[in-house]
Amino acid sequence: MTAAAPPLLSTHGLLAGYGDLRALHGIDLTVHAGETVALIGANGAGKSTLLRAVMGLMKVAPAMVRLDGAEAGGRAPHLMVKSGVAIVPEGRRLFTGMTVEENLRVTLDHAAPAGVDPWTLDRVYALFPILQEKRRSPVESLSGGQQQMVSIGRALLAQPRLLLCDEISLGLAPRVVKEIYAALPAITAAGTALVIVEQDVGLAKQASDRLYCLLEGRVTLQGRSDQITRDAIGAAYFGVSHAVA
Amino acid sequence: MLWLDGLIQGILLGGLYAQYALGMALMFGVMKIVNVTHGDLVVLLALIGISFAGQAGLGPWGVLALLVPVGAAIGWGLQRVILNRVVGADPLPSLIATFGLSVALQNLMLEIWSADTRSLPSGGLAQASVALGPILVGVLPVIVLACAVALTAGLDGTLRFTRFGRALRAATADVEAAAMSGINPQRVYATATAVAVGILGFAATFQAMRSTVAPADGPFQLIYAFEAVIIGGLGSIWGAFIGAMVLGVSQAIGFRIDPGFGILAGHLVFLAILAFRPQGIMGKS
Repeated sequence: MTAAAPPLLSTHGLLAGYGDLRALHGIDLTVHAGETVALIGANGAGKSTLLRAVMGLMKVAPAMVRLDGAEAGGRAPHLMVKSGVAIVPEGRRLFTGMTVEENLRVTLDHAAPAGVDPWTLDRVYALFPILQEKRRSPVESLSGGQQQMVSIGRALLAQPRLLLCDEISLGLAPRVVKEIYAALPAITAAGTALVIVEQDVGLAKQASDRLYCLLEGRVTLQGRSDQITRDAIGAAYFGVSHAVA
Repeated sequence: MLWLDGLIQGILLGGLYAQYALGMALMFGVMKIVNVTHGDLVVLLALIGISFAGQAGLGPWGVLALLVPVGAAIGWGLQRVILNRVVGADPLPSLIATFGLSVALQNLMLEIWSADTRSLPSGGLAQASVALGPILVGVLPVIVLACAVALTAGLDGTLRFTRFGRALRAATADVEAAAMSGINPQRVYATATAVAVGILGFAATFQAMRSTVAPADGPFQLIYAFEAVIIGGLGSIWGAFIGAMVLGVSQAIGFRIDPGFGILAGHLVFLAILAFRPQGIMGKS
């Protein structure tokens, strides 16, 4: 990638909130093609809000979110999908009453223009073999981990260049979390950039190239994941002895 | 023989009720939108059809070919202009909005067409019948039933197997997650309502051929459609068809017990279903 190419995603002083409550106080975030960026921070730090704002699920000014350098803030979520952004939402949000395969087909039906090596049902089943076995089962009959796999598969079939993953390990057994995180390199290998929101700081550090720590709607720490110390994270996470940006 | 005749006539009547009920099954059963104008739209379409038949000399099949696209256009507009603003988990806003619209529509139709009852000339089709052994069966009701079966199968298949069907089921399961999956929910809903009211083009044509219509008739068709959908079970398209059959047979048997008892018999069966199987015949508990 040349230095002149604009980043895949950038936010510029991103503000967002719920009614009178402002949840994000000017976030500057950059994500380049193919990299994995982790967002960490305590509950209520604004991590999920940041993903929702990028996805077009919250009101934001056009210039605050850019895709490939072009203004994209506040674009409707279904148009963000067409622009190559997909999300694995918090709580999985599967379509109940529909089978595993029907859930997957919904995004396949409405995907962004596919790249050279598009995601197919077969590729998703190769990534998560249990889903092939369960493909005719209603999603509500699956275990939590299997449902998370459907949610990830569903997002991948939208053919994203940027995949936002909101708390994909939440409520899952450690063995299942390991299984799901083991699938992430196969996703980035295809050139898709990942933004992962993760409660487990160790896991976030290990799985990402760079990380941002959020505290009360502001970025308190950012850098390469392998260069940031646990002490620095501790300070940024709880706001101890750290000037708020 | 009286009862066998009642059963057959009831099933044939159920064919017409199924055509009322399919759009309701889609809007109320699947999308959870309460559209009180449902019956008024049948009447409106029928009156439009009757006027065109008189003015432009359209035959009944020409009227059908006109009313289906007109119905679809009305449905699309209704969803885009009104219902998309009130759609959500709570059915009350859609109920209130369409209740007001229903009153306005009835009065508008009264203004345009007056309170006279009218019907659509069927070219002798409404009077034609064939003898099945000792029982006389009307040709038109058989056509109506056949259309109802085809429409039910078509709608059910559309919901199950097409891109649009998956998108609509996804949007009704979780509208925000559907948007995050690339679906434009407002557009999908508008298409669904266009389909629902388009089907009423069939119901309107056949209703006007079989009997009469007047501007204040809508609420009857509304209640039959509601009852059929609830008897059959919310969310099931074939359930609505079966519910319409149950309602038609109940009324036809009731009429044979006593001519004043027919309509009431249908309502009583509906109440019995509500009391003993509230999820409906095909519904999941």
